[in-house]
Amino acid sequence: MSLNEEVELLRSIPLFAKLELSKLKLLAFTSERLTFAEGQNLFRQGDMGDAAYVIIDGGADIIIASPTGPLVVAQVGKNAFIGEIAILCDVPRTATVKATKRLETLKISKDLFFRLVREFPEMAVEIMRELARRVDQMNVQLREANAKLARAGG
Amino acid sequence: MERSLFRYITRFSLRDQVILTLMAAASFPFLYFSYDVPKTIVNQAIAPKQPFRSMDIGFGIVLEQYSYLFFMCGVFLALVLINQGFKYCINVYKGRTAERMLRRMRFELYGRVLRFPLPTFRHMSQGEIIPMVVGEVEPLGGFVGEAFALPAFQGGTLLTILGFLVWQDWRMAVAAVMLYPFQFWLIPKIQRRIRMLSKERTRRVRRLSDRIGETVAGVQEIHAHDTARYFLAGFAQQLNDMFELRFRIYNLKFLIKLLNNFIQQLGPFFFYSIGGYLVINGELEIGTLVAAIAAHKDLAAPWKELLAYYEMQQDAAVKYEQIVSQFDPSGMRDADSQIKEPDGLPQLVGELQAANLVLKDDHDHPVLDGVSIRLPLDKHVALVGPAGGGRDELALLLARLLDPDRGQITAGELEFAKLPQAVTGRRIAFVGQNPYIFAGSIADNLYFGLMHRPVAERKYQGQAANERRRYVQEAQRSGNVDFDLKADWIDHESAGAADREELQVQALRVLDLVGMGEDVYQFGLRGTIDPGQRGDLADAMLRARLRLRERLADPALAPLVEAFDRDRFNDNASVAENLLFGSPVGDAFNLDRLAEHPYVLQVLERVSLVEPFLQAGFQVGSTMVELFSGLPPDHELFQQFSFIAADDLPETQALLQRADRNALAGLALEDRKRLMSLPFKLVQARHRLGVIDEALKAKILAARHAFAAELPTQLKGAIEFFDAQRYNAAANLQDNILFGKVAYGQAEAQERAGRLLREVIDDLGLRRQVAEVGLGFQVGIAATRLGSQQRIKLALARAVMKRPDLLVLSEATAALDPASQQHLLDGLLTEFAGRGVIWSAHRADMANRFELVLVLQKGKVVEQGSFAELNQENTRLHALLNAA
Repeated sequence: MSLNEEVELLRSIPLFAKLELSKLKLLAFTSERLTFAEGQNLFRQGDMGDAAYVIIDGGADIIIASPTGPLVVAQVGKNAFIGEIAILCDVPRTATVKATKRLETLKISKDLFFRLVREFPEMAVEIMRELARRVDQMNVQLREANAKLARAGG
Repeated sequence: MERSLFRYITRFSLRDQVILTLMAAASFPFLYFSYDVPKTIVNQAIAPKQPFRSMDIGFGIVLEQYSYLFFMCGVFLALVLINQGFKYCINVYKGRTAERMLRRMRFELYGRVLRFPLPTFRHMSQGEIIPMVVGEVEPLGGFVGEAFALPAFQGGTLLTILGFLVWQDWRMAVAAVMLYPFQFWLIPKIQRRIRMLSKERTRRVRRLSDRIGETVAGVQEIHAHDTARYFLAGFAQQLNDMFELRFRIYNLKFLIKLLNNFIQQLGPFFFYSIGGYLVINGELEIGTLVAAIAAHKDLAAPWKELLAYYEMQQDAAVKYEQIVSQFDPSGMRDADSQIKEPDGLPQLVGELQAANLVLKDDHDHPVLDGVSIRLPLDKHVALVGPAGGGRDELALLLARLLDPDRGQITAGELEFAKLPQAVTGRRIAFVGQNPYIFAGSIADNLYFGLMHRPVAERKYQGQAANERRRYVQEAQRSGNVDFDLKADWIDHESAGAADREELQVQALRVLDLVGMGEDVYQFGLRGTIDPGQRGDLADAMLRARLRLRERLADPALAPLVEAFDRDRFNDNASVAENLLFGSPVGDAFNLDRLAEHPYVLQVLERVSLVEPFLQAGFQVGSTMVELFSGLPPDHELFQQFSFIAADDLPETQALLQRADRNALAGLALEDRKRLMSLPFKLVQARHRLGVIDEALKAKILAARHAFAAELPTQLKGAIEFFDAQRYNAAANLQDNILFGKVAYGQAEAQERAGRLLREVIDDLGLRRQVAEVGLGFQVGIAATRLGSQQRIKLALARAVMKRPDLLVLSEATAALDPASQQHLLDGLLTEFAGRGVIWSAHRADMANRFELVLVLQKGKVVEQGSFAELNQENTRLHALLNAA
């Protein structure tokens, strides 16, 4: 896959969708194309985060350690952007990500990510928007969960 | 060293000085005649008073006028030759004497530096010592050659010429030298002023070099605190002071020159006036006047030399005293204790006893105050206490690196103060907090503690034997040591090894012990060998290459490494590497500047790659401009990712505009080169610019083949081609085994490939050989290529290597991380079971691993006993433990 195809791919990810073409190109050019074999971890829960990943092809499980053992909380596939929480707020990885089949990614290092955010405020705005959307989504989920709990309890 | 220069000279070069003086004396008669003969020629052969008849020159030979003239001219010529011959011999002899004395002096000073008591270096910096040994003694050496010979020769010459003048006519002689007494009175007065100024200048030069040394050493601080201006100002001030001094010296110097020249010119004035008067009056022959004028002209040279000598002698004497006084600190060890090999080397056994030790600092304040201890030499002892409490000084005393001001130390029967360095330096090892690692290889540093003396004489034959004999002779003549530097200095027996082979095994074991084995193994992987000398190892590497290839057949591992294949384009190598398909040897081919090489261009031309490369370059250039032109020029992304330096970007932009894609062929040569250089850096798997398609790859392969097939003879040595069957001497071990490129884009490829490599090496049992190559790793000046932890570990390994009876450590591990510290402590104490260890520990809790603990406070031993005994409520040790 060439740079131009990667740029197209980045474009289809909401976070990057509104960035200028040349910035996307720079992002694609300066990030590393990384292939994981099936069963290989992208990162482990508790590691310090040094990069985020855009999935170009393949799939992965997002796994959280729980008292009853590892728990697959989500599955991600093409076009997903993962691992950004740890690099945004400097906390250890909140989950393990394991490739379920051959996985092609674009690895965006923490340094690079921050440099781009600082360089291009429009990207920061996009990230804020995305995060706000997630908070909103979680609020919705929280309300639903509470309602469920209330119903179950009441 | 002798207190005065003349005593030094007569002590070490009296014979030479006598010979020189005699040679000078022998030359004077010939000199005299060389002045006399011209007179005879003029007065008797050319213009005799009576008409010339014939001349009897002895032996019954009678000559007529012409023959006589030519005979006398021949005599004159012979005299000239003889005089010059004398001068030549005297100069050569003088030069040799001077060089020997200079050599002797430098050697003596350097030897003294090696024997200075350590505290001396607190007052005396490198910046002071170096110019003294290197520069300031130089003129002294020069003076030694002249010391007696010059006054004898020039004084004699002066007297001879003067005698000649008196013989001719005393009035003229008086006229010629009339002003000499005045000169002799006045000039030394001015000279004394100059000398004082020069002395001051010397001091300032030393201070200047001191200043530069300090700047270099503290440059980090200067940057960190923005004090460059202050330092510049200080330097400018120093330069100004020196300028002023120099200027005053010049003024005086040229005043002297003026006086000398003027007085010299007065001579002819008197000759022409008085001599002319006498000739006209017929009281003097014209030939005599001519000869007198010639003689007077020659008088100038020796007179000047004598005056200069007088100046030089005063100067040299002062300089000598100045230097000698600097190199004679009190408490200096004597030379024999350092150089003489004692008959036997006693072991340190029994007890290390110190009685009433007192050590004072510069202000006469006691650092150790009446310390009396008895330490068994087969036990491990920890010295603890607050910093400045005296434990570090005690460690230095017990390692015999310092001498106490009072009290004495004995090891068994042996009195420390009387032990030669041969015993203390081999039986005791010391490692301080900032150990020094010398430039050279890891092995050189490990074996440093074994190089006490040449252990095996080297045999020489024929010419080499003569050279060696001459070397020894010269060394002895100048009081130097005549040890053979090329002999084998490494005493493997003292490391407990039978031969070199075993020594290496020992070295690797010790490196593992201090936790540096892995580092050295890694150095080995990145090291190169000469397959001509290490054919066995080269073959082993080829076996490893094969084994790795087998392992890579496993589909899970296959993507990790892309092997080199003559007939396939390597996506993980740059275009330049793909084209060369080999490792450059020397500077002929530079991977970064391949596009500039005429042969490379020629090859591209042949396989018609020029046009495609221009196109590719255009494409790469355009992409770079597009990607990076929005960034500020100092942006880090430029350095990390751009193919084009930030400064060159605008120029490239202009170039791209000039080069309309279709008109590439019309570009100027420089522009073409610039464009063509861009695709060379592309790595297909990494850069993904879509520039290299299959067609281009095929062409690059064709270029690779053409490149190798037609390589001109003179470039044959400049590249070592990749060849699956051959060891590549220009590449390191790791690359030789990999024989390919670790793939981009595979998760953790580097780590996994590294693990695979290690497995292969371990399988084949090659780990030791690789580590041995690592022993050859060059550490750089002051070991800058090693990390600070590695430096400390290496220093500890160096101390362990020589198997001392007593190991003294002074906070040696303080800079290491806690895990390494623990590892080292365990390793060293196990290694030294049954031998003495004295460890001045920066942390009191380390003491629990020692059999005996001494607590030092304010220069006194306040507690001693086992850790368990001392670790009670209300002990000092307890307080120290809790404070930490």
